[in-house]
Amino acid sequence: MTPHQTTLQARRFAALGDPTRLQVFTLIARAPLSVAEVADRLPVSRPAVSQHLKVLAEAGLVLRDSIGTRNLYRPDPDGMATMRDFIDSLWDVGLARFKAQAEALARTGTAASTKEKP
Amino acid sequence: MRSITRAAEQAVRKSVTVAAPIALAFEVFTGRIETWWPMASHHIGQADCAAVVIEPRAGGRWYERGVNGIECVWGQVLVWEAPRRVVLVWQLSAQWQFDPLLHTEVDVRFTAIDDRTTRVDLEHRGLEAYGADAMAMRDAFASPNGWNGMLDHYAQVAGSARG
Repeated sequence: MTPHQTTLQARRFAALGDPTRLQVFTLIARAPLSVAEVADRLPVSRPAVSQHLKVLAEAGLVLRDSIGTRNLYRPDPDGMATMRDFIDSLWDVGLARFKAQAEALARTGTAASTKEKP
Repeated sequence: MRSITRAAEQAVRKSVTVAAPIALAFEVFTGRIETWWPMASHHIGQADCAAVVIEPRAGGRWYERGVNGIECVWGQVLVWEAPRRVVLVWQLSAQWQFDPLLHTEVDVRFTAIDDRTTRVDLEHRGLEAYGADAMAMRDAFASPNGWNGMLDHYAQVAGSARG
């Protein structure tokens, strides 16, 4: 990943790193909810819910739909990109290790250490 | 540099050039996964992973075997054209669990540049399945192993990338 992507990803993860915010996100992932509806379901004040939703929105995880006078929050489908970025970084690591392993075998006919670094 | 990911471009593409003959590169990739896969952090069984096995035929299984002998399926073999191409169905969810409804594909092509050098092009596609299957993702979000689990995985990947 580029530094820019890493920053985006880190922001997404950081946004979900707060237990209350993760609860808020989990709730709206089940069904779109307003600030008041989220506050009713958690031991959290409305202003605090608003603040958590703002952080989630800035991290690209949450979208706001205005329906009449109601503002409903729902997951941002682009947040799914998190899974993609995760798999991207997984193959970076995997292919680098594959290359090292294949080249060690080609060079010496002996496998490199298969132990992972701690 | 790739811009912010959009649903329309949900494939991961990687290329790596390996100083190894094509037959060896293919054999290491498909037959000795446990020697290079970041296994300590990325396996799905409860027990430590003893091996990752790709059965060498179309329709074969792709699974891990724990040190306790229990096998956990990752997916299946879609295309087997040794030593030039293998396509695997990867059916691990965001929760790192086998999900028969999830279908993503890992397409790996091997090209001999000369007798001792091979280019490997990997495409992991169909990742929009993670977004398209709203039910599955909703469960993933709601699960304690969902996003939190991914956080742990990510930290481990980042750690082994530095290592």
